[in-house]
Amino acid sequence: MTRTPTVAARTAGPGQRLTLLRRMLLIRRFEERCVELYSAARIRGFMHLYIGEEAVATGVMAALTPDDAVVSTYREHGHALARGVSADAVMAEMFGRVDGCSRGRGGSMHLFDAGARFYGGNAIVGGGLPIAVGLALADALTGRHAVTACFFGDGAVAEGEFHECLNLAALWRLPVLFCCENNQYAMGTALDRAQAVTDLAHRAGSYGMTARAVDGMDVEAVVQAARQAVRAVRGGHGPRFLELQTYRFRAHSMYDSDRYRDKAEIARWKLRDPIELLCARMRGDGQLEAADLAGLDAAVTADVDAAVAFAERSPAEPVTDLTRFVHSERRGTR
Amino acid sequence: MAEMMTLGKALNAGLRKALEDDPKVVIMGEDVGKLGGVFRITDGLQKDFGEDRVMDTPLAESGIVGTAVGLAIRGYRPVCEIQFDGFVFPAYNQIVTQVAKMHYRSLGRLRLPIVIRIPYGGGIGAVEHHSESPEAYFSHTPGLKVVTCSNPSDAYTMIQQAIRSDDPVVFFEPKRRYWEKGEVEFSDFPLHASRVVREGTDATVLAYGPMVKVATDAASAAAEDGRSLEVIDLRTLSPLDLGPVYASVRKTGRCVVVHEAPGNLGLGAEIAARVTEECFYSLEAPVLRVAGYDIPYPAARVEEEYLPDLDRVLDAVDRAFGW
Ligand SMILES: Cc1ncc(C[n+]2csc(CCOP(=O)(O)OP(=O)(O)O)c2C)c(N)n1
Ligand SMILES: [Mg+2]
Repeated sequence: MTRTPTVAARTAGPGQRLTLLRRMLLIRRFEERCVELYSAARIRGFMHLYIGEEAVATGVMAALTPDDAVVSTYREHGHALARGVSADAVMAEMFGRVDGCSRGRGGSMHLFDAGARFYGGNAIVGGGLPIAVGLALADALTGRHAVTACFFGDGAVAEGEFHECLNLAALWRLPVLFCCENNQYAMGTALDRAQAVTDLAHRAGSYGMTARAVDGMDVEAVVQAARQAVRAVRGGHGPRFLELQTYRFRAHSMYDSDRYRDKAEIARWKLRDPIELLCARMRGDGQLEAADLAGLDAAVTADVDAAVAFAERSPAEPVTDLTRFVHSERRGTR
Repeated sequence: MAEMMTLGKALNAGLRKALEDDPKVVIMGEDVGKLGGVFRITDGLQKDFGEDRVMDTPLAESGIVGTAVGLAIRGYRPVCEIQFDGFVFPAYNQIVTQVAKMHYRSLGRLRLPIVIRIPYGGGIGAVEHHSESPEAYFSHTPGLKVVTCSNPSDAYTMIQQAIRSDDPVVFFEPKRRYWEKGEVEFSDFPLHASRVVREGTDATVLAYGPMVKVATDAASAAAEDGRSLEVIDLRTLSPLDLGPVYASVRKTGRCVVVHEAPGNLGLGAEIAARVTEECFYSLEAPVLRVAGYDIPYPAARVEEEYLPDLDRVLDAVDRAFGW
């Protein structure tokens, strides 16, 4: 943890708080189930979990409308769920089944749902940034007042694409909301071992856009910062940048032995568990009884159970279909 | 005495030896130091050789490879690790426009002894970007040398030879074979040479990297049916060393090329063309290819369908006989 975030707030009313809590709980329980399913070899391939970072996706998505677009990373189960891609479609994708949001072809890292304007998980670090800029350029050219939210990690800041894209977006005043999920590590590399300037908001600011650091463990702070930023972006004031300071509670992926992080550091961050934080605040304001929480937990657990059952029922795409969609299937284009 | 080790460990031992032998050898890449690499190929090297010899870099492939060019010009021998096949493309620009051209552009005055290590191929239950076989892109580029190892002993030897090479070498490592064990001994067999790994008389099967094992397994299965397959491990993809291949095909009259990469314009296409040119009158059948399909690398669930296996190789051999 480096510096004090510049935005911290309590904003939401009880109804919205409950919605935020439910979203975050759904993501948490979904991820926990994924761990079990992965251990049981029901889910295969690489898998990166969002546990600990739930407030970021939940908070940012709460500030978007269905007309806005989202571009994501390979740590994107939480992004997809918070965006409203159904848990069924996400889980079926994890299972590699045809009812998955990418037909079972993408798996954990390549969730995709054009209907939800969720333009994909992306296994290439930094790969999503130019796509987001392009989506925003299209919106600007056609006069749509939509925002494209682009998620990426602190690691992506080291890639050339990051710098090309921030410049492009600022130069052309494009409606992009850059959401840097600074979880302090890129795989085994701590931020200060990879960046000469670790204040990422400061760096983004140097490209000519308003950028701020936000406590990414405080979902209400995220909502407030995202709302503010989205309002400005939608209003035609060019891109905005949010550095969401957060932490992954688990290893980088299911293969990572997580030997590079200090146990005490992990424990310290866990004290700021985003779900616990919101619960404590709601309890303090008399908005959450133990029974409410148990009920909410039971409800999202039932959603996850249903998603697993859905995934299990779904068939696999026939192997012979794998040549489909390599090229356009529109008549006249072949 | 030859020692038993995994292919991954053999690479680690080869890198260690190279670091010991030449103080100008440096290793750089994402998480290669403290963590020892995602596949642990550089495990323990930073501890023993220090942070100036084994450098953890930011997540910036173009920067890693481009920096290596400058280092090489000043007499260093950088070994760059790319974490997975699909992540080499941010560096592709540097590899094709700078690494491949600098020696030529400087009329031979600048040497570029750079090794770019890339774990490649499928078979580990990953998806696109983590299972690809991009060797043809690099083999197509004049100025680059491209090699791949298929067994621990070659891994140990070839990585050292590649580092000693004065030319840039793209070094493809068959990631699904990292955990397979074999005897390891340094050999003075040249880097840019193909090798007959199993002698036979009825058909020639060419493979490289992860597919060599598939080819030799197919040869064992064919032997049970009374068919004798000669298997050649190509080892060097650019330049190709097809002398032993021509000799073999002149003997057998049949040739099957196997690779994981999509068939369209893969190495197999070039090899088929050259074998046809050189061995036209010896061929009893066209050179046949067993390759990945022309689709993006599929999900884990179906990779067994995608990857050439023993049955597909034997099928191709049958077709060569049925011509
Ligand atoms: C171009 C590219 N290079 C390397 C990788 C391998 N890789 C996958 S995740 C990762 C770390 C990314 O860290 P960060 O951007 O901070 O995201 P986080 O995993 O922390 O969410 C690396 C190096 C990759 N996927 N793409
Ligand atoms: Mg990170």
